[in-house]
Amino acid sequence: MRYSYYPGCTLKTRAKAYEDTALSTAKALGLSLTEIKEWQCCGALYPLNTDEIFSFFSPVRALLQTRAAGEDKLVTLCAGCYNVFKRTNKAVREDGELRRKINAYLEEDYMGEVDVVHYLEVLKNDVGFGSIAEKVKKRLTGRKLAPYYGCLLLKPRAEMDLDDVENPTIFENFLNALGATAVSYPYKTECCGSYLSMANEEIASAAVGRILNSAYKNGAEAFVVACPLCKYNLEEYQSELLAASKDPQLKLPVFYFTELLAEALAL
Amino acid sequence: MKVITEKINYNLLREVEEVSGQKVSACFQCGKCSGGCPVVWSMDVLPHQVLRYAQLGLVDELLHSKTLWICASCQTCDSRCPRNVDIPKVIEALRLIILRNKGGNYLHPNDLPARVRENAPQQGLVSAFRKYAK
Repeated sequence: MRYSYYPGCTLKTRAKAYEDTALSTAKALGLSLTEIKEWQCCGALYPLNTDEIFSFFSPVRALLQTRAAGEDKLVTLCAGCYNVFKRTNKAVREDGELRRKINAYLEEDYMGEVDVVHYLEVLKNDVGFGSIAEKVKKRLTGRKLAPYYGCLLLKPRAEMDLDDVENPTIFENFLNALGATAVSYPYKTECCGSYLSMANEEIASAAVGRILNSAYKNGAEAFVVACPLCKYNLEEYQSELLAASKDPQLKLPVFYFTELLAEALAL
Repeated sequence: MKVITEKINYNLLREVEEVSGQKVSACFQCGKCSGGCPVVWSMDVLPHQVLRYAQLGLVDELLHSKTLWICASCQTCDSRCPRNVDIPKVIEALRLIILRNKGGNYLHPNDLPARVRENAPQQGLVSAFRKYAK
């Protein structure tokens, strides 16, 4: 199976482990991910206003690159990129006025022909979790992992359509396929504070504290994420909260889901 | 709350509705947004109150609230809103009214904490500057 692949700014630097393990696991599963040419930062956040169209050009250009490469699916890893691309694509498909304005600036018209998919969706729909379970060489038996979805993979409800917004299960089913135990805890979709960690650290720290306690109380030994910013927040404030508490046993490492897949496939 | 008609700013209200693409009058104040907001405890004007103030034309009050800089657009509220009001878009429009004025930036690179400069993912930096500066 062939796909175009959009890495995004963080995957080449701070989240290199995410990209490396995604690409190695894709290869092991017989998936061909080809990085598109000349991509730029997607903007990290979907524009939430009606009067700026320049923010759409970077994602639309990447979608055009996908079409030019002869592919019909663009795979993303970072949950931020996924959110921007999926919403942009939906807006181009459904909003004729916006589509007309964007295309007025482009050499070629983009009509929304490409599908935007997250790597997790590729694993679920195109490979199949059942098939992954059969290919696992080292089952992660006994590992109690807390799936942490955050916001961008799932919300807003009307636009993302990856899974149920309030009670998603795609991470749980993925972890079960690897032989691990997915820990059930109430804060799995609660926001980690996102970019508030850049300018309002005390708010992000409190948000992380609640997620951490919830996962720990329900028996988790580690977090599983799909977003570099979630990982940063969970790690950065966790070490601070642990230093303040008297129980260093609390520490929960944070893994990208692809790191666990690579481990289970013995790569 | 006492409403004084002289304080109603219809021009700003129209700007909020135009920039956000949202009809603030659709909100019937059920409070579900504020009930589920993960950072509501740090806000001075709660999400449902943002809409109430906007309905009453008290936009100038909203432009002075801390809430505008605390909402991280996690979209929990609008995914639950029974009236389909996209509250993060309303808050974004209020932020933009400030940021689009000269000198309206909320965040300067020199204000970033040291650990952010050293360790933060680019995704976080790009997001913060998209929200806090123009």
